[in-house]
Amino acid sequence: MKLDTTGLESALPLFGANCQMVDGFTAAPAFDLPTTLDFDGFQKEAIQMVKPAKGTTTLAFIFKEGVMVAADSRASMGGYISSQSVKKIIEINPYMLGTMAGGAADCQFWHRNLGIKVCRLHELANKRRISVTGASKLLANILYSYRGMGLSVGTMIAGWDETGPGLYYVDSEGGRLKGPRFSVGSGSPYAYGVLDSGYRYDMSIEEAAELARRAIYHATFRDGASGGVASVYHVGPNGWKKLSGDDVGELHYKYYPVTPSTVEQEMVEVSGA
Amino acid sequence: MARYDRAITVFSPDGHLFQVEYALEAVRKGNAAVGVRGTDTVVLGVEKKSAAKLQDSRLSVRKIVNLDNHIALACAGLKADARVLINRARIECQSHRLTVEDPVTVEYITRYIAGLQQKYTQSGGVRPFGLSTLIIGFDPYTGVPSLYQTDPSGTFSAWKANATGRNSNSIREFLEKNYKETSGQETIKLAIRALLEVVESGGKNIEVAVMTKDQGLRQLEESEIDGIVAEIEAEKAAAEAAKKGPARDA
Repeated sequence: MKLDTTGLESALPLFGANCQMVDGFTAAPAFDLPTTLDFDGFQKEAIQMVKPAKGTTTLAFIFKEGVMVAADSRASMGGYISSQSVKKIIEINPYMLGTMAGGAADCQFWHRNLGIKVCRLHELANKRRISVTGASKLLANILYSYRGMGLSVGTMIAGWDETGPGLYYVDSEGGRLKGPRFSVGSGSPYAYGVLDSGYRYDMSIEEAAELARRAIYHATFRDGASGGVASVYHVGPNGWKKLSGDDVGELHYKYYPVTPSTVEQEMVEVSGA
Repeated sequence: MARYDRAITVFSPDGHLFQVEYALEAVRKGNAAVGVRGTDTVVLGVEKKSAAKLQDSRLSVRKIVNLDNHIALACAGLKADARVLINRARIECQSHRLTVEDPVTVEYITRYIAGLQQKYTQSGGVRPFGLSTLIIGFDPYTGVPSLYQTDPSGTFSAWKANATGRNSNSIREFLEKNYKETSGQETIKLAIRALLEVVESGGKNIEVAVMTKDQGLRQLEESEIDGIVAEIEAEKAAAEAAKKGPARDA
């Protein structure tokens, strides 16, 4: 009789794909590797192909009243604007948000996966919500296990849990950073300029929303790969709430209204002879 | 009936898994263990077999062990099986800390241990773990103390006070009669009183460990246990005298 030794296996692998994932997919992502002479070079090319696609501006920061999350809504393929109405702030669950930068499909899929397979199952099994720390760690571990396979994800996980507001930056290289302010994407340098100079911990929700909105606007003004609509969300103790979604073109004229210049000479109608 | 008790994956016609029940028998033969939950303290006590003369009790393995800084476990039954279960539980505690950056809750690790015990009742070629465990600890965030028990079938439940192992029924009866919400030293006394129902008195024969939220697990010294036992005996004697006293006058 063949002995069944499945019960004797060791417990969860200490790192790599979380064991909960094993039920959904095979234990390690396994597909036929392409037959090339230079596999490493091929991998590098695959990554380079996806790399420029982080054409976006997203930002998030923690302040007294919680976490403010904002993003633009433009999707570009090189010089072509493929969409002006992309939802870059993903609602993982009623008290956690994720931002999208990089490959849209990768971000959407893994955020949805995080919300249902990880966060919701954790809630059901443990009768309490998962912490922002835990959710971001699990996502980072999953992305790490796909390292080198061409995923392109630059996301921020923002939420409110038992310990208060939480903000983490997670990317497809497997990096994970905890911090009070982040901006991700091609427009992030411009957004950081406005965000860092205007930031104060004790702002009101309206002030923080205006700061986030202005930062996104300035990024869309200078960065060609960002534009569309500036969405602003707030995460508080009772969950997230969408505060505004303003077209950046309209925001431009709000911040810099057209002043009628003085006219030196007016053209008058010449009475017909 | 004999045909249905060899392999554990086979049910008997009247719905028994005999191997699991025999495992429970092994538990019933093990040393008594008691756990009591107070408002700010949780206490575990186990019966200690008196050490042989040449046995080096300084280095011998303690019976109440840490699974993490805030969780401890005592068990009754096959001690060798206990070692395997405890090692797996300790790894799981650290693995949980690594993947979610949070210590385990008592309920989570109890569920894990019970799940492990259940796995071995539904696999071919293995036998169930022959032990029941008492798991105590504090919730890492809310600080609420808990006491859980698991058994060889893989079920688990939360308790205010419970006992397992030899004569556990008598201990449980005593606890049911005498349990009330206690804290600190009173909880320790209640646990020792319960254990003394079935164990000869003396620090030599009892091992007690106390867990508090701030100080983690503390094993009581033999002298401390002796002191508390003396207190208990004095209280008992006083109660006896009080009972006899008024009756004599009347």
